[in-house]
Amino acid sequence: MELLGKTNIDFIGKRNISFVLSSIIAIIGIIGIIQIARGDANMGIDFSGGTSLQLKFAKPLPIADARAALHKNGIAKADLQEIKEGNKLLIKIDKNTSLSLGKASVAVQTAFTKEFTDNAFTVESSTEIGPSIGDKLRKDTLVAVVISLLGIILYIAWRFDFKFGIGATLATLHDCLAMFAVFYVMNKEINLLFVTAVLTIAGYSLTDTVVVFDRIRENLHKNLKSSMPNIFNLSINEVLSRTIVTSFTVFLASASLFFFGGEVIHDFSFALLIGVLVGTYSSVFVASPIVVILENRALAKQGAKA
Amino acid sequence: MPKGTGWRISLIGIFILLSFFYLTPTLVTTLPSWWKGVLPKDKIHLGLDLQGGTYLVLEVDTEKAVEGTLDIVATDLEDTLTSKDLHFKRITRTGSDKVSLVLYEKGTAETVQKLLKDKYPGYEQSPLHDDGGFVAFDMKINDKDAQDRKDKSVQQALETIRNRIDQFGVSEPVIQREGINHIVVQLPGIKDPQRAIDLIGKTARLEFKMVREDIPPTSTSIPEDAELLKERTVDPTTGAVNEVPYVVQKKSLITGDLLTDAQVRIDSQFNQPYVAIEFNSLGAKLFDQATAANVGKRFAIVLDNNVYSAPVIRERISGGSAQISGSFTEKTAADLAIILRAGALPAPVKIIQNVTVGPSLGQDSINKGLYAGLIGILLVVAFMTIYYKLSGLVANWGMVLNVVYLMGALSALGATLTLPGIAAIVLLIGMSVDSNVLIFERIREELKLGKTPKSALDAGYDKAFMTIMDSHITTLITAAVLFQFGTGPVKGFAVSLSLGVIINLFTSLIGTKVIFDLALHKGNVKKMSI
Repeated sequence: MELLGKTNIDFIGKRNISFVLSSIIAIIGIIGIIQIARGDANMGIDFSGGTSLQLKFAKPLPIADARAALHKNGIAKADLQEIKEGNKLLIKIDKNTSLSLGKASVAVQTAFTKEFTDNAFTVESSTEIGPSIGDKLRKDTLVAVVISLLGIILYIAWRFDFKFGIGATLATLHDCLAMFAVFYVMNKEINLLFVTAVLTIAGYSLTDTVVVFDRIRENLHKNLKSSMPNIFNLSINEVLSRTIVTSFTVFLASASLFFFGGEVIHDFSFALLIGVLVGTYSSVFVASPIVVILENRALAKQGAKA
Repeated sequence: MPKGTGWRISLIGIFILLSFFYLTPTLVTTLPSWWKGVLPKDKIHLGLDLQGGTYLVLEVDTEKAVEGTLDIVATDLEDTLTSKDLHFKRITRTGSDKVSLVLYEKGTAETVQKLLKDKYPGYEQSPLHDDGGFVAFDMKINDKDAQDRKDKSVQQALETIRNRIDQFGVSEPVIQREGINHIVVQLPGIKDPQRAIDLIGKTARLEFKMVREDIPPTSTSIPEDAELLKERTVDPTTGAVNEVPYVVQKKSLITGDLLTDAQVRIDSQFNQPYVAIEFNSLGAKLFDQATAANVGKRFAIVLDNNVYSAPVIRERISGGSAQISGSFTEKTAADLAIILRAGALPAPVKIIQNVTVGPSLGQDSINKGLYAGLIGILLVVAFMTIYYKLSGLVANWGMVLNVVYLMGALSALGATLTLPGIAAIVLLIGMSVDSNVLIFERIREELKLGKTPKSALDAGYDKAFMTIMDSHITTLITAAVLFQFGTGPVKGFAVSLSLGVIINLFTSLIGTKVIFDLALHKGNVKKMSI
């Protein structure tokens, strides 16, 4: 079976549209990262410090009632989230409350035991993270992101020439920013798992880009008569079906994690899904056009000299 | 058979056998009796997020350990100077690195300085200076000794915590030092995490101090050598907290490091548990002296600055046994006995991270992870079979091989499987067929150029090779970084991902190629199902 026969789409010609679109996404991503750095985003407690609890109740519990119960017992600054399946409640308490580390979890449990005598609960998980650990994790994560991006750039620079390296790096950066943008706009939690997903996609998205670049390079060597955009378009069209198929299989796997993997990795697999989609788009619509522009500029310079 | 097929098939077979060999303890519920000796017995290690349990990071307040040492030095100096008839006004620890001495005359001070230079070579003495008409100087602990003390205190704290956990009874705990002053404690499958945390986190400094009955606890001016401590009792039925204040002598008569044993006993009269303690010979002697000198007075039994009880000394107690009574339940008495036996921490610890996962959530995560994995496999298998027909089946075989090898490698290396680790495996199901997709698309192109299946196959594998290497290396770079910087669950993700990517190189380049080679080796195959 073949999904696509021979295609002849002018990908490079659409670069104005794709550049505008990608710039918007990237800008939102950058805003998101700035907000995260300022501590103004939905940060997971692994970065911000604090307490989070997941409780499973015997009977359904309206979130408003839970909030009222906590309020009544002096826990005003709590972030509540309902997990529909199985009467579960997620409670997040910021480090800035009056409750010290180790006390918040107990205080929440005491409040619920007192207020809902006929609705027993079990603690499915509880996490308490002190501010010093949060700081350390944040620093470690930043170092990890920088090192892995650097490693990838160096590898690409070594494998391809400089212009391809720039294209691949910008496309990878674009994908990471897009994931931040989506999570920031949807107000989803930025935690360690999300960063893990971003780094995974950074590696994966390159794979897609490399597939396209390999072909472009091959055709550049073969066919020197045609214009730059034509060679690029031809190459992308030639490898289009494999780009789509490889992404699709990973998309299938991530989708099954998203739908069936449970609440703990729900957001993680959502991030992967976004990343796979964006990564595929970027290798065609971001990485390649950037290289075309750079190549054309280099050619123009050569022409001017000659 | 074509050339070079034999060793490849053997290699694939050996790896399959090895994988199942290492997976046997995980797959079989009870190992047969002949399965012993060097044969692997460990199931795949599950992370705390999958099996439930508690992960703690403790911070040792190492400054306090140095301060404790200086306190001892100060007491020791008092004794030394007193025994030598050298008169002093006061000897105290100041700040976290100095002992200050205040003396009456310059002559004595100079004698003391000389004496101490020999006795405490590790301390730097400041020149004599005037302190409100008296002669004073400081002894500062040098940085290296202080660092040493800090380092030792973390090591001691780790040993003490290990001792307490062992006595508490947790199967397969992990207790490790991390960084300069952190201790990581992992307690898998623990039922009552709060109790364990209380047990681990208590400093457990036991002190016997005389009660200063001449000063009322309500007094606003408590002398410098005394302090106000409280006895907290909780009514077991109402939960009401009652606090009784005592003024006690700051200097303790005896401390907990002189104990040899602590056991829970039940008071036959009130049916109330108490903790019976035994002193070593020095402790017994001190206790004997102290009780003899203070008959009729009260002393307080103090643990971490909380008074447990303050009995009146009725008679001299020789023999070195005493008892700590208070409002105990059997559990709290048993825990107190454990921490007294295991000894005090050299410095207080603070819990800076506590991740507890209940067993039900862990099991739920395993089930859902496996379910998602199964659905992922089915979807990918179905797609590949429809899209690439028989060749798709070969790619599917490579993918299954990948999963089996990966599980085998995880158990052989004793790696820890976490929920993100399972996610990585599911993700790899999608990624592992990608190499074959690249190869197949190449083959399709070569076939369109009119090549025979055999040469199209070889060209496909050859030309796709570099692309496959590139994609694997970029993934490995990020996986390695994640492994280096990630903690717990994320590390599990990195382990599964990097192992999977390496294994995938083998399965996609050798595992699947062999089947094609076998099918096409006659060279007269006209059509390829791709």
